[in-house]
Amino acid sequence: MKAAVLLFPGSNREGDALRALKAAGAEAAIVWHRERELPQGVDLVVLPGGFSYGDYLRCGAIAAREPIMDAVRAHAARGGLVLGICNGFQILVESGLLPGVLMRNANLRFICRMQHLSVARADTPFASHYETGQVIKVAIAHGEGNYIGDAETIARLEGEGLVAFRYCDANGAIGGTGNPNGSMNDIAGIYSERFNVLGLMPHPENLIDPLVGGTDGIGMFESLAARA
Amino acid sequence: MDFPLPLNPDPAVTTELAAAHGLKPDEYERILALIGRTPSFTELGIFSAMWNEHCSYKSSRLHLRRLPIKAPWVIQGPGENAGVIDIGDGVACIFKMESHNHPSYIEPYQGAATGVGGILRDVFTMGARPVACLNLLRFGAPDHPRTRHLVAGVTAGIGGYGNSFGVPTVGGATNFHKGYDGNILVNAMAVGVARTDEIFYAKATGVGNPIVYLGSKTGRDGIHGATMASASFEADAEEKRPTVQVGDPFTEKLLLEACLELMRTGAVIAIQDMGAAGLTSSAVEMGAKGDLGIELDLDAVPCREPGMSAYEMLLSESQERMLMVLDPGKAQEAEAVFHKWGLDFKIIGKTTANLRFVVKHRGEVKADLPIKELGDAAPLYDRPHIVSQKQPPLGAIAAPVSNAEALLRLVATPDLCSKRWIYEQYDHLILGNTAQGPGGDAAVIRIGDGPKGLALTTDVTQRYCEADPYEGGKQAVAEAWRNLTAVGALPRAATDNLNFGNPEKPEIMGQFVGCIDGIAEACRALDFPIVSGNVSLYNETSGRAIPPTPAIGGVGLLEDVSRTATLSIKRPGDAILLFGTTEGWLGQSLYLREICGREEGAPPPVDLAAEKRNGDFVRGLINNRALTAAHDISDGGLAVALAEMAIAGGIGATIETPKAIPSPNFLFGEDQARYLATAAPEKAEAIRNEATKAGVPCEIIGSTGGDALTLGDETAILLADLLQGYENWLPDYMAGGDP
Repeated sequence: MKAAVLLFPGSNREGDALRALKAAGAEAAIVWHRERELPQGVDLVVLPGGFSYGDYLRCGAIAAREPIMDAVRAHAARGGLVLGICNGFQILVESGLLPGVLMRNANLRFICRMQHLSVARADTPFASHYETGQVIKVAIAHGEGNYIGDAETIARLEGEGLVAFRYCDANGAIGGTGNPNGSMNDIAGIYSERFNVLGLMPHPENLIDPLVGGTDGIGMFESLAARA
Repeated sequence: MDFPLPLNPDPAVTTELAAAHGLKPDEYERILALIGRTPSFTELGIFSAMWNEHCSYKSSRLHLRRLPIKAPWVIQGPGENAGVIDIGDGVACIFKMESHNHPSYIEPYQGAATGVGGILRDVFTMGARPVACLNLLRFGAPDHPRTRHLVAGVTAGIGGYGNSFGVPTVGGATNFHKGYDGNILVNAMAVGVARTDEIFYAKATGVGNPIVYLGSKTGRDGIHGATMASASFEADAEEKRPTVQVGDPFTEKLLLEACLELMRTGAVIAIQDMGAAGLTSSAVEMGAKGDLGIELDLDAVPCREPGMSAYEMLLSESQERMLMVLDPGKAQEAEAVFHKWGLDFKIIGKTTANLRFVVKHRGEVKADLPIKELGDAAPLYDRPHIVSQKQPPLGAIAAPVSNAEALLRLVATPDLCSKRWIYEQYDHLILGNTAQGPGGDAAVIRIGDGPKGLALTTDVTQRYCEADPYEGGKQAVAEAWRNLTAVGALPRAATDNLNFGNPEKPEIMGQFVGCIDGIAEACRALDFPIVSGNVSLYNETSGRAIPPTPAIGGVGLLEDVSRTATLSIKRPGDAILLFGTTEGWLGQSLYLREICGREEGAPPPVDLAAEKRNGDFVRGLINNRALTAAHDISDGGLAVALAEMAIAGGIGATIETPKAIPSPNFLFGEDQARYLATAAPEKAEAIRNEATKAGVPCEIIGSTGGDALTLGDETAILLADLLQGYENWLPDYMAGGDP
């Protein structure tokens, strides 16, 4: 598994993503946003968390229009794996690689805390080390993670089983107080139609060490690293 | 204070204009004597920037000299951008705390945000990568009409800057008191790490070396910010909004990465961030420290808008800017780094041999001043001070409510309730090293891939300082030291942020001097030197001073980050141990204030020898994994500490109350040098025996278990009820509920 972590101006969890990938046994390197091509032989592109271009326009909007994103789109079109975390998810949505939008959190405040997620399906390249329905604890840290789609989009996501993770409480109860930001259908992350692109707001990359909150996040990176 | 609009030609300099710049008549006389002529308008601006309280420490310098600043592990004490300590393995920890009180009162979001930005720059200017931020906040009474707005704005500003910049905000301390109604405190602390052989300083070297301007462009924001910070507020504080700077954390993040990359090229001879008093202060400090002159050509300064005068450029406090002395051989390489990150890089001057600060603009010399005197010959005052009158000790009190009722009420007070509403707006998990985030005694972050860790805390108990500045100063240090110890860390050094009222009033100066002496005494006794700091005076509105608030930011070292303790009760059946002597001191306690409605008495005395003995013993137990939980006992006393442990763990506890002390005194007294801990029941006796041998008072006072707290003969208090009050007060208040 060879991974490229894109570094945009204002990205700030690129190191965290790199660390998680390496901890899972993947080969990973940073790729500067001014590049126009991805390095040879890259299997996985990671768009890390942060505030690309300060999020001074809509979150992710400027990064989504950089030339390197053409290379990412081509990679995804070839079936290559793409993982967008937090700001990376926002960039994927802005670049058209995933549907819907991420609005401000329902309470209008930035939220950072540990958050439980229910794994919607485990039969994907990103979640094979989890069980379907498993409850995992990861971090969230975002101000604009309120996932919204029009009725058709939500119906398609649900109909085709493209929801990757849902917010839940510690007992796995989906919705209610377990939903931190108002996302429709408690959506925390979604797949593309071919399950090769994943965007999610939470940060599994920060939960890879028992000393630092827990290890529930490492499963995603192990799932990825186990491929090829 | 009114400043004339920038005019061309510059206005004539008079005593009145000097007074409008905050310079006292004798200070203006001093300028005339120093340069032998009337200063130009630009020069007057420079003097006002360098000689104000904020930059010159003219009221405090004399007393700050009494603080212990040395230890074998101290690499750099006060006087640089931040303090530096050696934490072994070739790694240094670099940290400082700084206030942004006045700007945050006027414009809470930007004031707090730029406070964070400024302190981060102080740390990465020295070559460190920031790894954590903390803060210490003091707001007015909850029922004051501005308080809710200020809490919301300050919290959002701290989060807005730190979250985007990408540093975890891991801890803090937030209190409310009417003494801060007109003048809140926003103290921000930043902590970074660097290789010990890759630390950068502000001292310029070499004649003829280029001075380089880095970062954002210069605008008209923040002009006279430092002067504002050096004057008391009157009712017109709102009108000073234009002096507040505007933060851009995105650019700061780029500046961080560009600076660290630049430093690796070897091109940096000296570097200084542009903070208070902007370009003036950074240029003068770099030259003065290196015994060199500085010549600037302002035509080269990157500006946000055309037509800025020399005066404006020199006094602008636009954020996210740096000044450096460049190795001329590496100019091209250095410039390429900055252009890669899309930041300005302009040579705007050079070092000279003549010890003058010369500023040119549009072909004119706008200032030509002796550089050493701008700094070194700043006025130094030994202001009159009167020793604060001691409060008589509190006598016996009659408990107005049951202990159970008192505890339920205490955990739901503004000072003791959960600060979750605040800290969940801070990204405290980024970088993946937060072993303990907000909510514990001290934050713990792993250094790199471990095993070492840093423990971090900010503390001060202003009501103690107000009642007895000397004991209060001691207690602030002891409390920080104890919080670090309670997570198993060895306290190494501290930074101080001394927030006081108007030093020209002898009683305020008396508070300052008393607190300094207390801090110095405690730092000496606890081997805990002050390596950096900031003084914030004139915290007054319409003549009313804040309570004396000398904030202490403590840093401790964990050799193995897994040998730490948290405060939560881990399992039922553990023994509860109390370390330290409990006499039941209720003077100046929160019980007295919140339950009895009295703010009286002498604060608890701090026995520094007992503090050290007890703390060293408890730390040893933690490091040997002998305890299952540990917690410092402070505000609210033993019962509140126990409630916090139970709430955090979701497990109850039962304790005995001794007959020798009235139960409210035992449960809510704020005697110092105490810890509450839990341990496996079969180990408890041995721990107590060992403690006794070490001269550390230790008693087994109860055990964990159940879903309630039982305090002696009192009715049990359900954890669910405690939790509700503890968690709900702040969100309910912020949602607009009655305080």
